[in-house]
Amino acid sequence: MEAVYEKYFRDNLPHIWCPGCGNGIVMSALARALDKLNYPQDDVLLISGIGCSSRMSGYMDLNTVHTAHGRALAFATGAKVCEPRLKVFVVMGDGDAAAIGGNHFIHACRRNIDMTAIVINNSIYGMTGGQFSPLTPTGKRATTAPYGSIDRAFNLVDLAKGAGATYVARGDVFHAAQLTSLIVEASRHKGFAVVEAVATCPISYGRYNNIPEPADMLFWLRDNTVTVQQAAKMSEDELKDKIIIGKHFETQAVEYCEEMARLLAKEKAGDNNEI
Amino acid sequence: MGKKFQVVLNAKTCKGCGICAALCPKKVLKIRPDGKAEVADPAACIGCQSCSLHCPDFCFEIKEVAANAGE
Repeated sequence: MEAVYEKYFRDNLPHIWCPGCGNGIVMSALARALDKLNYPQDDVLLISGIGCSSRMSGYMDLNTVHTAHGRALAFATGAKVCEPRLKVFVVMGDGDAAAIGGNHFIHACRRNIDMTAIVINNSIYGMTGGQFSPLTPTGKRATTAPYGSIDRAFNLVDLAKGAGATYVARGDVFHAAQLTSLIVEASRHKGFAVVEAVATCPISYGRYNNIPEPADMLFWLRDNTVTVQQAAKMSEDELKDKIIIGKHFETQAVEYCEEMARLLAKEKAGDNNEI
Repeated sequence: MGKKFQVVLNAKTCKGCGICAALCPKKVLKIRPDGKAEVADPAACIGCQSCSLHCPDFCFEIKEVAANAGE
């Protein structure tokens, strides 16, 4: 491990993830991002839900909470409101964020509370044995869809944007350096930032979809991703089945904690006047 | 001569996924018969950090060696 970010890990590696799991690459990107951001470790709060990716909170030496399935954002909202000085990162899997915690996800986006939500999208429920998730692309096989999934997948970027998130980006584990800078940018953004990290699950997803080798899954990502700038010049047909990576959207809006502090101050001042 | 790099591989945490060897542009890394990674040609390393960035198990550290060390 690179000595510069060794301090971000507890002394319990190797992790439980399968050989070639994309979660490890995302965790590495997060550690590099934290190193670039240079926040004091005591000021960083990492909250995770349930699932493979959510084991991350057990390995990183920060303030960490491993919470209920799908409810990571709810816990994070409470923590951030009580302690606005904290830099909050929320790590969720695709099923955790978009299915079980779907409501929490859209309402956290709407609330625009200052935190970074990293959704690790490996297209499958890895921990429970490879059932298809709301982010499994149509036609891809899973243990519960042996002939291919019929459901249309969520486009998490559009979902987050539509729900009101003020920063939305998508990275992938092949472009790990870009993923690092997207996490850095998302964390510096004031408001609710969503970074979808497209990851690989060779065991539960790759094996069922003819890419069982971890390295081949990374090459598959390399060949099937286009940047936002390239995508702007491509037709809809060309973009079919392509993963568009990069920063998709950024805007400024009223931040929840600031607004709450302002209201409290106003009400307190009002009370004093009445007395 | 360009910069020189030392590849430090922690084989203890290696799970043998093969990502590092497949991504290495200079074939510095190889897969042993038991599936784990090994540094086959350390002199060829150009310090691109591809292995270090993509290893899911944090096995690699790429150190830059002082230019006059081996000359």
